[in-house]
Amino acid sequence: MSNDQEKPFSEMTEAEKAEAKRKAIEEAKRKAAEKKAAKEAGDSGEVEATGGQPQNEMTEEEKSEAKRKAVEEAKRKAAERKSAKEAEDSNAASEASGEDEKAKAKAAAVAKAKAAAAAKKKAAGGETSEASGEDEKAKAKAAAVAKAKAATAAKKKAASGETSEASGEDEKAKAKAAAVAKAKAAAAAKKKAAGGGATGSGDDEKSKAIAAAKAKAKAAAAAKSKTATGGPAANDSEAFEEKPSPNQPILDKYVKVIKDNLGEEILEDSYINRLGKDVPTLVAKRESYYKLAEFLRYNEQLYFEYLSELHGTDFETHMEIYSHLYSYKNQQSVALKVKVDRDQPEVASLTPLWAGANWPEREAYDLLGIRFTGHPNLTRILMSDDWVGHPMRKDYEPYDVEV
Amino acid sequence: MIRTEEMLLNVGPQHPSTHGVFRIVLKIDGEIITDATPVIGYLHRGTEKLAEDLQYTQIIPYTDRMDYLSAMTNNYVICHAVETMMDMEIPDRAEYLRVLVMELGRVASHLVWFGTYLLDIGALSPFLYAFREREMIINLLNEISGARLTFNYMRVGGVKWDAPDGWIEKVREFVPHMRKELAGYHDLVSGNEIFLNRVHDVGTYSKEDALAYSLSGANLRCTGVDWDLRKQEPYSIYDRFNFNVPVTEKGDAWSRYQCRMAEIEESLKIVEQAVEQFPSEGAIMAKVPRIIKPPAGETYVRIESPRGEIGCYIASKGKKEPYRLKFRRPSFYNLQILSKLLKGENIANLITILGGIDIVLGEVDG
Repeated sequence: MSNDQEKPFSEMTEAEKAEAKRKAIEEAKRKAAEKKAAKEAGDSGEVEATGGQPQNEMTEEEKSEAKRKAVEEAKRKAAERKSAKEAEDSNAASEASGEDEKAKAKAAAVAKAKAAAAAKKKAAGGETSEASGEDEKAKAKAAAVAKAKAATAAKKKAASGETSEASGEDEKAKAKAAAVAKAKAAAAAKKKAAGGGATGSGDDEKSKAIAAAKAKAKAAAAAKSKTATGGPAANDSEAFEEKPSPNQPILDKYVKVIKDNLGEEILEDSYINRLGKDVPTLVAKRESYYKLAEFLRYNEQLYFEYLSELHGTDFETHMEIYSHLYSYKNQQSVALKVKVDRDQPEVASLTPLWAGANWPEREAYDLLGIRFTGHPNLTRILMSDDWVGHPMRKDYEPYDVEV
Repeated sequence: MIRTEEMLLNVGPQHPSTHGVFRIVLKIDGEIITDATPVIGYLHRGTEKLAEDLQYTQIIPYTDRMDYLSAMTNNYVICHAVETMMDMEIPDRAEYLRVLVMELGRVASHLVWFGTYLLDIGALSPFLYAFREREMIINLLNEISGARLTFNYMRVGGVKWDAPDGWIEKVREFVPHMRKELAGYHDLVSGNEIFLNRVHDVGTYSKEDALAYSLSGANLRCTGVDWDLRKQEPYSIYDRFNFNVPVTEKGDAWSRYQCRMAEIEESLKIVEQAVEQFPSEGAIMAKVPRIIKPPAGETYVRIESPRGEIGCYIASKGKKEPYRLKFRRPSFYNLQILSKLLKGENIANLITILGGIDIVLGEVDG
């Protein structure tokens, strides 16, 4: 991970560190904005980052053609890399250490071997369900290879500053490489920024190309997943409700008690979660979330005095808080959910009702960035205090390449 | 005139009695703790984040490393969650093997707690005895799974390995041996006056507090709440066994000790019955698709681990990797009450209270 022009993070002075951090944050922000633009350009809201998806839409001929191209590409790249390495070795200005080069070469060799293996695997794949498993494995491998390649290539570029443009490749391979290499590319770009921004224009071009490729990949993936799964499936469990669940009367009772006391408008939705041991599930509106929780906690007929679990999930279209409540008095469970806006994730804290919500809410803040209003001490809990970003968000980009 | 002033005292993260990398910043006035701020996260490995890129079977080894003193229950909770989503029938023999290893694991976990707890408060030899018996359990689990601590034994739909020849016999023989040794522990420790003075009326909390703070396991049962998921929401085949849920009333360190020691006995009862009922033949794996893809939707299941209620939430989009995986880690929840308990306590009681909660840092930090 060492950039040859740059001091390691640990050797920087405080001022340098702060500067590097600031730059990196700016870079991350720019990246995010770019990505957003790219996303909007794609005609679907659904984001899929799995690299290998577009392949599924190819015909067999196209696949084998793509494979052949990929193999050629791998060979060409290896040759290029070799020549680049030789050039670099002779270059006295190059400060790359011997070990670093060796490691890179090794990584390249491994990537090559993997590409060969993956190609072989793919060739062996057939039409049965077992073979489709193999196919998927091979795809995953190919993606890994692409990632490794992209990483080494990006590193090379960053280190030597030369523009070994990969020209005339098929779009599919590019898209795949771009999708999986986005984190690595971001890291490399960041390094450049930290290193002094000498190669700024090349960087811009590259990230533009990546953004474009990513948009394509996403659109393809989204289209594919639409046909495959029939759309996002947050509430698909309702489709299963043909014969009534044994918990249906319990849910009806909850809903009746709630509506009688708090009005018709309080619930956004209520259903039996067929996949989750038939637990009655209530979906609160964000504005009345606390009011509903308070009612569940203290109402004599409900009296959920125990908070078993609370966590958040990033569903990309929105955030969601899921809590599982239990009433020891009535020996009944309920799941309480609330949807939160993803860009402004803010919701009332439940700590005044259940003291045990304290740490789980801090965890949700730490990992997802959800702000709980009224929380007594909303600080990071698992990550360190100076961490940038919220790792469990689906759009999270690690800003520190060392991690 | 004696004058005192407030002082900050940092305990950990490297401190033997915190059982891992747990740090607590204390404000003390003389020997009295006025404020305590736990700092966690030193062992956070991002299991849930990693899991988003892994297939379900690949996640199981990661769960071994959360609560590493009872990895079998962790294995089980994720398998159980996936099986619940896919509505799977598990073969009897597999269920019996699961119950056997989970209950043996529970005994081993409580033995570690017993040994190290007494070590913390100054008694050296119980630790040696407890680890001697624990070693026998570890050997049994090693024989069936091939590992001593991180078993990776369970799979979605069953277990990975069948019991080797003679294994069931060895488990059968272990039960009376453990009972005998357990009586020895009681002779050695449970009536010891120094020990009793250290734990009586220390770290006491009420039933209301225990519920409000989402405590579970022995931490909840020590306040008189009769709650054990094996009994109240039976999963696996726990409804086939006859056992009690030990409950004590006082809510102090002593009643937690009593609860856990009695739980060892109850676990032995379950092991004994499971060995008797063990089906002589049968499959150890259900018919499971080659690639496990739970249907789109979400599930939350909870089971009883030695430390309390361990839960697993899965949001699936019908793919082979989970869209979101979340573990409800009992140690994480149980630890929340610590700063409340410490306020106003003598500093010498810090270790008694912390040890009494029975945390595993791998689980606290996820």
